[in-house]
Amino acid sequence: METQASVKIRNEWDIVQARQLGRELSKEMGFGQVDQARITTAISELARNIYLYAQNGEIDVEAFGKVGRIGLKIISTDQGPGISDIRLVMQDGYTTSGGLGAGLPGVKRLMDDFKIHSQEGRGTEIVAIKWLR
Amino acid sequence: MRIPILKLYEYLLITIQVELDDRTAIQFQEDLLDKIHETGAKGVVIDLTTVDMIDSYIAKILDDVVKMSALLGAKVVLTGIRPAVAITLIDLGINLKGVPTSLDLEKGLEKLQQELEG
Repeated sequence: METQASVKIRNEWDIVQARQLGRELSKEMGFGQVDQARITTAISELARNIYLYAQNGEIDVEAFGKVGRIGLKIISTDQGPGISDIRLVMQDGYTTSGGLGAGLPGVKRLMDDFKIHSQEGRGTEIVAIKWLR
Repeated sequence: MRIPILKLYEYLLITIQVELDDRTAIQFQEDLLDKIHETGAKGVVIDLTTVDMIDSYIAKILDDVVKMSALLGAKVVLTGIRPAVAITLIDLGINLKGVPTSLDLEKGLEKLQQELEG
């Protein structure tokens, strides 16, 4: 199973579009209601981070299979300022925008796997996976 | 897009049945405060039965509108939060501390009535 879709994030309407992608794909893949809500919310948070901090980026969602397991992968990429201290942003309660942006720790808790790569001045890539149980 | 706000005696009722984008959410905040000011409503029920996800932004808008309404003398109760939404909010680390909630619209109205009479 390989399904893939992506949305460019440039304004707040694109956040809704990205959510919609996640909602549809997670439902189609057979995730339960709670996991559907987790996936949709994680996408919304990641898309908002792009909008708030990078202004320009992309959310990709894909269904993929790996050694007998099926998962939904969210890839968030942007060409924003990057994150200088990843340990700091992964602390609960850390925010630079008065609580509007997502806590990345929250997104990590919503998903099963979470990886972040960032280079100052180049951008950030986050890959998060939810496995179908 | 505007979210309709219904007046019922001294209460205002809102049921959110659209996908909440940022603009709609902010517009709703303003509309509700205007309506409280205009009608002198003492209680507000915001029903979230059909809302399938609340992210940190929407949670903040809801949290704020409860506090803003309190400044105008109106009590707000959130009703109908789905189990999946409750689980997701706690996963995210959002607890909406101090925000009154009830299981459904009916219980929300009862809660308001008790608080306003008591």
